[in-house]
Amino acid sequence: MAGKPLVSIVSAGLSKFGRREGTMCRELFAEATKESFDRCSNLDPIKDIEALFVGHMGESYEHQGHTGPTLADWTGLLPKPAIRIESACASSGSALRTGIMAILSGLHKIVMVGGVEKMTHRTTAEVTEYLAMASDMPFEQWNGITFPGLYALMATAHMNKYGTTEEQMAQVAIKNHHNGTLNPKAHMQKEITLEKAMNSKVVAWPLKLYDCSLITDGASCLILTRPNIAKKYTDTPVDIIGSGQASDTIGLYERETLTSLKAAKIAGQNAYNMAGLKPKDVNVAEVHDCFTIAELLAYEDLGFCSSGEGGKMIQQGTTELGGKLPVNTSGGLKSKGHPVGATGTAQAYEIYLQLTNQAQNRQVEGATIGLTHNVGGSGATASVHIYRRN
Amino acid sequence: MSDEQQFTISTFYNFVNEKRLMAAKCSACGNVILPPKPMCTQCLSTDLNWIELECSGKLVSYTVIHVAPEQFQSLAPYIVGIVEFKNGLRLPGMINDVHFEDVKIGMDLKLCFGTSTSSQWPSWSRYFFRPV
Repeated sequence: MAGKPLVSIVSAGLSKFGRREGTMCRELFAEATKESFDRCSNLDPIKDIEALFVGHMGESYEHQGHTGPTLADWTGLLPKPAIRIESACASSGSALRTGIMAILSGLHKIVMVGGVEKMTHRTTAEVTEYLAMASDMPFEQWNGITFPGLYALMATAHMNKYGTTEEQMAQVAIKNHHNGTLNPKAHMQKEITLEKAMNSKVVAWPLKLYDCSLITDGASCLILTRPNIAKKYTDTPVDIIGSGQASDTIGLYERETLTSLKAAKIAGQNAYNMAGLKPKDVNVAEVHDCFTIAELLAYEDLGFCSSGEGGKMIQQGTTELGGKLPVNTSGGLKSKGHPVGATGTAQAYEIYLQLTNQAQNRQVEGATIGLTHNVGGSGATASVHIYRRN
Repeated sequence: MSDEQQFTISTFYNFVNEKRLMAAKCSACGNVILPPKPMCTQCLSTDLNWIELECSGKLVSYTVIHVAPEQFQSLAPYIVGIVEFKNGLRLPGMINDVHFEDVKIGMDLKLCFGTSTSSQWPSWSRYFFRPV
């Protein structure tokens, strides 16, 4: 039945995003879980939480695999089953969907889902190499194509086909940096100008430094329950009413088009169908702006505007705070930061705040329907979720 | 089974080492698969054959990498692109011997063959593109 709650979010936590020198993933994840425990006094985490599904992209950063039990140990959740989910930058979007499946299966009543990454202790060259592992090794990595490079290939194609401009892409950065100034947990807390964005150092033409999301440390988590028991734990649960996920070729070059992410389109359509909703019903969205072009593609792939109109949509101000459909009120990956494994459930955290009126000076008044769009790699994974205020 | 009967990335690069651009063709449904996969992704047949492709193609999209992984830092900035061959199949690669200002989507490029550069895995041969 369309619109039926799949699960309810009864609590959520987010570590401070930024350069978290001297911490490891496990400590950042403990910081996020502590907030989620403190928000939900009716829950006894040690007794009530039955399993942990956690998104984490890379062992390379900390030379540490086997993340699931490590994080369970640091958060008091032993001996509960704890499983790491890896889908590159969509790792915790996938962990969220796995948690939903765990509850819908009937196996669990209450689970924690989340994600974490610790990146800033590595050099830019190292991070560039680790992130590139989420692209196709024998043809993309082998030819020196980086992650910014892959999105730059999409940007060049979009500019060529639709006339999208570098200025329009910079507008995404300006908007998200503004939103970041309103989010005390965002990595960056500063406004940027068009001039500064346009004159920043080229990373992979046409993408410049200010077109790229931040290398950030951070963790995020949600506590999910069966919908019929949610009110036992909070007066203001948020229901997840749509979940879509899809896969595409690992190599960008094998895709039918470079100007749209097919996996995101399919995931979005499946989530809308499950929720019984249309793009126009969404009041607030967090989309995967790993690069500015990616936010414009998201507008189009999610049906917020038609193909090729993403550049116009940002120029018209529709997605600014105060606009008809505010996007990335948290600051997005661009300004809040992109600790890759943490991003999917960090997006859900922002929507949870928005739909429970806790987003303070970035609150979207009267928001009842929210959406998250989490993309792995250059689009080989996409995960879309739709949320409704209970 | 000889190497050539295996539809692997490794065999593809062995052909590159012989200066040949090869793709797998499904005998059952005619699908041409690049990079080669051991099973046809359209009809799931494993009845495959190698076919040789012409090395000429057109540029679909491009970028200039300024921030490169360690291994490629000495080459930066370098141009990479996605090239479409006559039958619609595509490969990414570096575009050499051209100035950035002269690169245009739709321009004619030719796949050229380099050599193997490493004794460690992966010791695949290199290919790259250059203007015709």
